[in-house]
Amino acid sequence: MDEFGIGAPLPRLEDVRFITGRGRYTDDIPMSGLAFMEVVRSPYASARIKGFDISAAQAAPGVLLVLTGEDARAEGFGGYTSKMRKTNRQGEPNFEPPFRILEAERVRFVGDPVAIVVATSAEAARDGADLVLVDYEELPAISDIKAALAKGAPLVWDEVPNNECVFVELGDRKATAAAFAQAAHVAKGEFAISRVAHASIEPRVGIGLYDPVEDRYTLHAAVQAPHTTRNEIATRIFRIPENKLRVISPDVGGAFGGKGYSHPELALVLWAARKCDRPVKWVCTRSEAFLADFQARDNLAQVELALDANGKFLGVKVKNVLNLGAYLTNAGLQCGFHHVGSICGVYTNRNVDWEVSAVFTNTTPIIAMRGAGRPETTFMIERIIDIAAAEMSIDPAELRRRNLIPTAAIPYDTGFVHTYDSGDFEKGFDTAMRMADWAGFPERRARSQARGKLRGIGMAYAIESAAGVRDETAEIRFDTSGAVTIVVGTHSHGQSHETTFRQVVASMLGIAPKDMRMIYGDTDLTPFGRGTGASRSMTVAGSALVCAAERIIARGKQIAAHMLEVEESDIAFDAGVFTTRATNRSVDLAGIARFAHDFRQMPAHLGVGFAERVAFVSDGINFPNGCHVCEVEIDPATGETSIVGYWLSEDVGVVINPLVVKGQAVGGIAQGIGQALCEKIVFDGESAQLLTGSFMDYCMPRAKDLPAIEIKSQEVPAPNNPLGVKGAGESALVGALPAVINAICDALRPLGVKHIEMPATPARIWEAIEQARRAKAA
Amino acid sequence: MTSVSMRVNGADVRADVEDRTLLVHFLREHLRLTGTHVGCDTSQCGACTIHLNGEAVKSCTMFAAQADGDEIVTIEGVGEPGRLHSMQAAFQQHHALQCGFCTPGMIMAGIDILRRHKSPDEETIREELEGNLCRCTGYVNIVKAIKAAAES
Ligand code: FES
Ligand code: FES
Repeated sequence: MDEFGIGAPLPRLEDVRFITGRGRYTDDIPMSGLAFMEVVRSPYASARIKGFDISAAQAAPGVLLVLTGEDARAEGFGGYTSKMRKTNRQGEPNFEPPFRILEAERVRFVGDPVAIVVATSAEAARDGADLVLVDYEELPAISDIKAALAKGAPLVWDEVPNNECVFVELGDRKATAAAFAQAAHVAKGEFAISRVAHASIEPRVGIGLYDPVEDRYTLHAAVQAPHTTRNEIATRIFRIPENKLRVISPDVGGAFGGKGYSHPELALVLWAARKCDRPVKWVCTRSEAFLADFQARDNLAQVELALDANGKFLGVKVKNVLNLGAYLTNAGLQCGFHHVGSICGVYTNRNVDWEVSAVFTNTTPIIAMRGAGRPETTFMIERIIDIAAAEMSIDPAELRRRNLIPTAAIPYDTGFVHTYDSGDFEKGFDTAMRMADWAGFPERRARSQARGKLRGIGMAYAIESAAGVRDETAEIRFDTSGAVTIVVGTHSHGQSHETTFRQVVASMLGIAPKDMRMIYGDTDLTPFGRGTGASRSMTVAGSALVCAAERIIARGKQIAAHMLEVEESDIAFDAGVFTTRATNRSVDLAGIARFAHDFRQMPAHLGVGFAERVAFVSDGINFPNGCHVCEVEIDPATGETSIVGYWLSEDVGVVINPLVVKGQAVGGIAQGIGQALCEKIVFDGESAQLLTGSFMDYCMPRAKDLPAIEIKSQEVPAPNNPLGVKGAGESALVGALPAVINAICDALRPLGVKHIEMPATPARIWEAIEQARRAKAA
Repeated sequence: MTSVSMRVNGADVRADVEDRTLLVHFLREHLRLTGTHVGCDTSQCGACTIHLNGEAVKSCTMFAAQADGDEIVTIEGVGEPGRLHSMQAAFQQHHALQCGFCTPGMIMAGIDILRRHKSPDEETIREELEGNLCRCTGYVNIVKAIKAAAES
């Protein structure tokens, strides 16, 4: 490792602009003649629109433009579609609801957009929006899965009886039933995985521009995947060629999946810009974000685990029902399918019977969020293991140990979806046990008990599949001065790519990171890219950079051989310099670049220029994994939980920058703890009105709610990408949910509490303790 | 419209603002000091934290007109590239930011914490960060950075 190459804990190069207030987020972009858009949203969870009256809004001071769902319909716009198609219970293709940018006839969740008002100031737009009159006929609504599936439930879509959009069976039902028949014990659990908000601190935002000469749009917006956004808006909504839309995503203040896909507002600012011949900006307020930002998770799972008398896992059965919300977003359905393989965990269990159904409700649509299905699946297996351990009176760590896939058995075919190509779960397990001093826990528990406190310890060994979208393009180019620019199609909004990608290139080419320029986030300036998500960026874009650097070196050798008048095989490359031992002469990359741009000197067969662009396709996904241990102390008088220790021994393959990798892990764990302890989106059961509409009601974890977290990386290289990396963005979150809930349940178990649903708020814990007390007394 | 004058990052500014203009919008839109951010509309997130007469305040909680005659420092006035404030340097050194959106508010809050506590322990820092949300970092490195800045 050198001072700035792969493995160096290099402080981030992008930091200086952020710490000095010079970040450039979308809302910071100065623009003259700017108009402001406000969205008129449905106040009802379900209603028929009987008509619009926009005359007062149109006449309001400063208002430039009012457009309704009827205008959108007249334009003939298309709608958003799901990337995934499945089948319903009858085996027919699932219903794909029309998901338009403005509704004209019917609204299906509180916040559904029906009109926009554009004005000369944000205030005037807001005032104008208040004057848009929409005549609604309110209809009965449903917000949760059980209500959606109840007999005679109101239908979100008339086309979908029972509100069930998708029903699919996976795994091997027969083999699993046979395994269950052999079981000495079957543990059963029913878990509600709560609905949460991505809640990036930067709200969603977009600025639309339209150039009538070129008949071309430009969108500045906080998005994770500029090319995906371009595709969705151009192809799906406007039905124009993609070269008619440029998407620029500058600094983005966090996303977590919430800015991965287009929301209607981004198409709306573009449409509005064309209609009023001005740039149009929309900035989401936080209250609006809670209504209109797509949300995440929200499913019910019935899980059964069959074990033999020694605690060996024999099979697992899952019935999983997802709440999709009112529409199918681009990636909503995926959350129920892409990560079912995680149910096998790091264990030798081979029999899986999985049933998944997905239902519509009158709630904000669901989209992927950090983990996107893996936290849910991991929760199911890791929580049921603890329930089984308690019922069989086996230490939960010991029960895991008995079922762990031996290191010698890797690569390991789980028999259900995944073959793990690398990993050392035994080492990960042993390391976590040592870090957490698991053996010393009984003593710590006794000490807590002496102080009237309940103490619990919980483990979760999470494994997930990362980098599923396997292609990405990157370019390394030298200019005529010999300086280097790297260009990628992924987007960095906290992932630290501006540092880590440069480290990769620095290791390959021997150029200091600070001397490189990096471009991303602009569909006009970067090669086609799939953006950032699913822990993919370093695996695919990093690998694309490695391949581009290899080609730079190969071409450099050809040019150096010509310059130094030797055979190519006589040229060696090291740390940015090409040398020939024969004559002891050398030329560096900058020298090659300058030479390569001079057509008079370059031999014709080599062509001019010094740049390489590579579209990399990985051989497969990778499997980041980690053993989490969480220790909590609960005050039984108040139900208050404090996390007194958190340890993670993780394997995300080769670590490019330990500062960054740990930062990602800690941030992920914090979001998992948030969901486990305090966060939850709540809708009223009757009206399906949102009850958690601001940071006052939606409890975000704050500094004092979170513990110090200790992390050790063990680097087991992934065999299927040249860097040996595994996804590092999501894997830590995936294990945090079950680790925390397992610890809390462990603390409460002596009182007779079997399970606590997330979020384990003080009120909920206190209630569970009281209930258990009452039950004991009775 | 109200006429306001105040001192911002050492320079005198005077402007006519609408009565309902929040201080944060005045800073961002009139003065183009866009380092101060808006992350909520209920005074919960702290992304808009600035120093008003030497004390950390959330600039979304007051009108621009209320700051008439006051002395304001925003993140842009704390330090600049090449001449970083020790708190800014500590944030970079300890990887206390990811997306950077909460960061200006966190740095302004951090400086204020050290104004009131000479060498705060971890618990005090965590308590004191009550008003600032970060969705990326899990706070661990923010706490570390503030502690390191105290020691520097
Ligand atoms: S903007 Fe959130 S507290 Fe001021
Ligand atoms: S660094 Fe992203 S919100 Fe704090």
